[in-house]
Amino acid sequence: MMDVLYQLIEQCLPYSWTQYTFMKNAFIAIILITPIFGILSTMVVNNKMAFFSDSIGHSALTGVGLGVLLGLNSPVWSMILFSVIFSVFIVIVKNTNTISTDTIISVFSSTTMAVGLVIITKAGFNKYSTYLIGDLLSITPAEIGILAILLVVIILIWFLMFNKLLVVSVNPSLAGSRGMNVFMIEMIFTIVIAVVVTVSIRWIGLLIINSLLILPAAAARNISRDIRQYHVFSLLISFVSGVGGLILSYYWGSTTGATITLLCAVFYFITFAMHNRFA
Amino acid sequence: MMNMHNTNNNEKFRHTNCSKNSCCSSHLCCTKINHFSVVRGNTQILQDVNLHIHCGELTAIIGPNGAGKSTLLKAILGQIKHTGTLQFMDAKGVRDGKPIIGYVPQQLPFDRSTPVSVMDLFAACKTGWPVCFSYSKNVRQGVIEALRRVRIENLVDRKLGALSGGELQRVLLALALSPLPDILLLDEPISGIDRKGIEMFYNTVSELRKNYDMTIVLISHDLPLVARYADRVVLLNKKVLCTGTSVEVFKHPEFEKTFGRFIFDNIFDNGRGDDIS
Repeated sequence: MMDVLYQLIEQCLPYSWTQYTFMKNAFIAIILITPIFGILSTMVVNNKMAFFSDSIGHSALTGVGLGVLLGLNSPVWSMILFSVIFSVFIVIVKNTNTISTDTIISVFSSTTMAVGLVIITKAGFNKYSTYLIGDLLSITPAEIGILAILLVVIILIWFLMFNKLLVVSVNPSLAGSRGMNVFMIEMIFTIVIAVVVTVSIRWIGLLIINSLLILPAAAARNISRDIRQYHVFSLLISFVSGVGGLILSYYWGSTTGATITLLCAVFYFITFAMHNRFA
Repeated sequence: MMNMHNTNNNEKFRHTNCSKNSCCSSHLCCTKINHFSVVRGNTQILQDVNLHIHCGELTAIIGPNGAGKSTLLKAILGQIKHTGTLQFMDAKGVRDGKPIIGYVPQQLPFDRSTPVSVMDLFAACKTGWPVCFSYSKNVRQGVIEALRRVRIENLVDRKLGALSGGELQRVLLALALSPLPDILLLDEPISGIDRKGIEMFYNTVSELRKNYDMTIVLISHDLPLVARYADRVVLLNKKVLCTGTSVEVFKHPEFEKTFGRFIFDNIFDNGRGDDIS
């Protein structure tokens, strides 16, 4: 399976960077991961979850720390478990409506980050520093398989509940008056975000993962008139930045995640300059 | 003036008629709110509210700020925890208990820059097929039909953020009307809309009531308009203080206690003015 893909890439893209297997792996990973972020991005921005998704990234550090303490070889499962618990907690707090949500998110994200850093630095920071910056070039074929499954799951979820999610994002009480279970919809979407962020954090990096979740839709918003255009632009921006960022990072020798983010940001500023024409 | 009195008298007649037969047993469609109470924290917001609402009538709920009017609507919707029961009986006496309820909120706070068109919002509410792909011609036609009902079919592709206050209220009204509800709840739907927009909105609501035999419950602070359009008025302040036709309620001592005599006189001055013009 992978060999066929490798050959295809070499034939279609006969450039120097496609000679390396790690680049081909990274290329396939980009093709899978950028649609995930492009799609999710639309509703993360619409639901004003930018701050939340950022703190999910931070909480992943405690997950890594827990994995270290438990002596796990790869801490990905402890990370997922922890971030899911974290996100469920945040949704519940948000719905009790007693304390300001951003304060409570902030308190918990700093706590979890601190706990994670304390454990990790004790265990030897260098080994885990990839979680901060991310290393897309180290992705293995098995991990690419996980990404493919994740993409299919996201598309399925979109088929099952996108419309409800959209109405909730416009106004939760409007959704409630039409018999939608707002709490459940928010919960599912939040858990999905938590899982996606946590799974991809080691390839993209904790510091910039949130920008991939925000920038594509933020840029698409500037030039979209309806939901369909919003999705098309968000997907395109995410995909073009992903592929472009990977290739540029090869020639520049820079870290891939940050280069992709930089391209996304360029798209944002271009669309922002154009937004008056589309308003 | 004469006109107004005539209609009011008719309404009164209909009421006495109705209560004699006791709608719910004589297979006329109606809604009964039995012993609704809402407590939030230590505050009693609603206390033992009993209402009998008839179909094809516009019932206006009036009362001072903080009287629990919006809370009552939300309790009817089932969005707020409450004690007491909602009894619904449709015209054939077949379906009871769970009516289809349409709701137009007081205002709809939403992100004005959101790239959602009127079409997107409707399709998302009515169908399961993700609107980010596409929609069939049938769905689009259905949405246009729904908008035509309140005469705004030209707004179908407009972005939500680009709608004026009055247009947004009509979009929400059209949304509340599809599927056609048994009970339509309107929470002060006129706030922030100019006079012309208000008249248009009320005329549309009046037409709906006649054409679809729908129960309409409306919260309003605009007493002249209530006097003109409501078949029945409920004065609410934590509990039901009095109910009846607008003339009955506006002459009630409890009404004077709540709104004062000055406003009372004012209303009928306004009413007279409208009739002459």
